[in-house]
Amino acid sequence: MRGRLLGVIASFGLLVGVVVVYFIFILEEAPPGVAASVHGTTAQLTLQTDASYGHAPYPDWVTYEARDPSGHWQHSTILKIPAGTRYVHVTVYEYDTATGLRNPFFAYVRGTVGGVIQLNGRPMNYVDAASPAHTFTAPDLGLNVPLPGIDSSAKNQCAAAPCRTSEAHNTISFTFKTPKPGNYRFQCIVPCALGFLYGFGGPMQTIGYMDGMIEVA
Amino acid sequence: MSERSHLRNFLLLWLGLTVVLEVVVVVILGHDIPPGSMTNDTRAQHDVIVTLTAIALPVLAMVWTYLAYAAVNFRASADGPLEDGAPDRGNARLQIAWVAVTACMVLGLAAYGSIDLLSGAGSSGVGSGEGPNPLAKPANAGKALQVQVIAQQWVWTFRYPAYGGVETPMLEIPVGTDVEFHVTSLDVVHSFWAIELGVKADAVPGADNVAFVTADRTGSFQVRCNELCGLWHGHMNTTGHVVGASVFKQWIGGQESKYAGVTKQLPPYSTTYYPQPIRNG
Repeated sequence: MRGRLLGVIASFGLLVGVVVVYFIFILEEAPPGVAASVHGTTAQLTLQTDASYGHAPYPDWVTYEARDPSGHWQHSTILKIPAGTRYVHVTVYEYDTATGLRNPFFAYVRGTVGGVIQLNGRPMNYVDAASPAHTFTAPDLGLNVPLPGIDSSAKNQCAAAPCRTSEAHNTISFTFKTPKPGNYRFQCIVPCALGFLYGFGGPMQTIGYMDGMIEVA
Repeated sequence: MSERSHLRNFLLLWLGLTVVLEVVVVVILGHDIPPGSMTNDTRAQHDVIVTLTAIALPVLAMVWTYLAYAAVNFRASADGPLEDGAPDRGNARLQIAWVAVTACMVLGLAAYGSIDLLSGAGSSGVGSGEGPNPLAKPANAGKALQVQVIAQQWVWTFRYPAYGGVETPMLEIPVGTDVEFHVTSLDVVHSFWAIELGVKADAVPGADNVAFVTADRTGSFQVRCNELCGLWHGHMNTTGHVVGASVFKQWIGGQESKYAGVTKQLPPYSTTYYPQPIRNG
């Protein structure tokens, strides 16, 4: 009787251990954070969106990348902002072609300083709903920035991340006020996950690809 | 101790625990049981929850009391033989009583819930999504303010067809006005849960799910997705507001102006959408 009880307890402990190890494994899969570079009271984030990551484990997944203060591109969507800054200035190099929005409402720019973005130097407060390849959308910040895609007939399209500015791209820049300390999710609204049902799976559901976190601390 | 004594002790303990639970849960805590009293629907839901709780507590007390009483009084001794109790066969009265009591409880609860759904709380369906052709409607359903709830991973937007079809990320409704929510989704299945309004309706791609509500006081209410919908499901929240009629007019006018540019790009108002993106994943 006692041996059976010990067996049950040991089995239960083993099961709990497996579950804990599994979740630790998942948590450790989160990409490392990338710190913004700081200039005075403004944090500078530099990102790129790429049609294909180009590396294991998911070489054909669409992805964001972030540039660290030393100028190296990191495959991460954990963006660290110092709480002491007043503004966050974001530059996105957009290398992917357009998919278009399922909900045209997100063609409208929201939450940026002045309610505008600069698209290749031109100020805009909304874009053609069929033009975005991706969006930079942080719902809890009321922030939505459509990222228009490049011409699908462009000849020097980027094949794998990190892409270079010598390849076809759009440059989108915008500024938003640094929010109070906390973690704020961001995501892409465009159904851009090639090969998944209606474009919603894979990278659209994965931190490090088209989902991430803005950490203000 | 005789069986009759055990039965008497058990009944007394069960009765005592039931009284304590009813007083604590229903009388003392009952007022604070969600979802509150912002609308007819939430009041109806609150009443249903309190009533069902009051009915369930004696059952809960019986199970707890029986387990505790049996564990204390009928334990096998450590050095005694392991033996089962004598089977109880052919007790027709007990079997009939058992089936009758449980059948009455289940059928009574089903009737109570159905009547409340269809005719209670001002005949508005108690805040539930009723599909595209709702059976339970408020008396002036034809004059209700239509608000379309559009769900997509992982944000809510709201469209007001009576105001140029403007779409906005904010939800405001006027107090004392029948509101007709048309809930739909652009991608996967979500669920629109306006907690303090007592409204919950599934958001299904290509489907129009109608729910009515009439808020009778101003205030804020939480909106959450109540259907596991992907990575940020737990973050798919927003806050809505019930405001006075003049405040609502001012607010919706501001939204029309603010989003005039993007409204031109929206598809014509429809109860459902399933627009395909250019590349379609």
